[in-house]
Amino acid sequence: MAFTLYSLIQTAILCTNAIAVLHEERFLSKRSGLDQGVSGFGDDPGIKAQVLNLIRSVRTVMRVPLIIVNSASIVLLLLFG
Amino acid sequence: MDYTASQKGFRQQPNVRLRNSSTDGFDGSQLFEDTSRSGSQTTPFRNQQSAPHDAGFSGQAILTDPMSNLAMAYGSSLASQGKEIMDKNLDRFIPISKLKYYFAVDTVYVGKKLGLLVFPYMHENWEVSYQQDTPVAPRFDVNAPDLYIPTMGFITYVLVAGLALGTQNRFSPELLGVQASSALVWLIMEVLAVLLSLYLVTINTDLTTIDLLAFSGYKYVGMIVGVVAGLMFGRPAYYLSLLWCCAAIFVFMIRTLRLKLLSEAAAEGRLVRGARNQLRMYLTMSIAAAQPVFMYWLTYHLIR
Repeated sequence: MAFTLYSLIQTAILCTNAIAVLHEERFLSKRSGLDQGVSGFGDDPGIKAQVLNLIRSVRTVMRVPLIIVNSASIVLLLLFG
Repeated sequence: MDYTASQKGFRQQPNVRLRNSSTDGFDGSQLFEDTSRSGSQTTPFRNQQSAPHDAGFSGQAILTDPMSNLAMAYGSSLASQGKEIMDKNLDRFIPISKLKYYFAVDTVYVGKKLGLLVFPYMHENWEVSYQQDTPVAPRFDVNAPDLYIPTMGFITYVLVAGLALGTQNRFSPELLGVQASSALVWLIMEVLAVLLSLYLVTINTDLTTIDLLAFSGYKYVGMIVGVVAGLMFGRPAYYLSLLWCCAAIFVFMIRTLRLKLLSEAAAEGRLVRGARNQLRMYLTMSIAAAQPVFMYWLTYHLIR
């Protein structure tokens, strides 16, 4: 399996895009179980809460850079195939 | 007169260097031996020798010309300014001072560590020794992770892969790059997967990303041993040596990660119940079990 660094970049962009398009209302809120349990200060948030936290923070942080990177890659792919 | 003075200076050097190395042994916070003092003591001697030579060359007026002196001074100040800016900006992206710690190794450490990687069964004390809250440099502690062996192992793996492909007439120079980038991508993905799983299970550990990179890079040693044995003695030797190295790296990873990832009680071997401790144990086992899988995956296509 010949992986290149370019394919790694492609994978990263596609995965981040996939995380960014998840719908907040219809999907993520339903999955969080009891919201009070999630936002407690206990020392054991549990894997589900950690995953949801991770998804929410990735969406918040990567929103604007993703716009830039997506536009750049669209232009480059149109120009250079 | 000049000659004797510089001779005395010359003779003083071994003492100075000895003093430096003894403080290095005690102090430990000094990563590398300070050879700058001995260097600056030899240059006055050389300058004194070269100055009469230059005065001797009367045809060479370029060094006595004030304009060129000015140009040289300006050029050197510009160079040092540029170097300062580069250092400042580079330090923001790649923590160079932290990286220096991982390369503070010497031959004895490398020898012992390579032996540990291939035969970890007799080693008893796996704890990393600390010195006032900072881990001791790898030179002084065989259990500390370093980046020298993984880097050298990676480069050697790429070269040995090229050699193996060459003996089967499948070699072309682009393949070297393909092998290198492939192995690098797998390494990055493995480190990211480990980081992600450490985050999800909320383990509070002092393992840094570079530590994980070092641990994931130790498997290249086993891979190289397997491929070289396969090249020299054929497929059965490849499988046997790979099996040995896989078992060795499995035990090595478990014993090293046990102290870092598991809680105090579990690390000492006492049976501790509880879902979290079980999860941590599973995580340690899966990180260790992923190493043989990668070792086989990255080398089986080289031995046909």
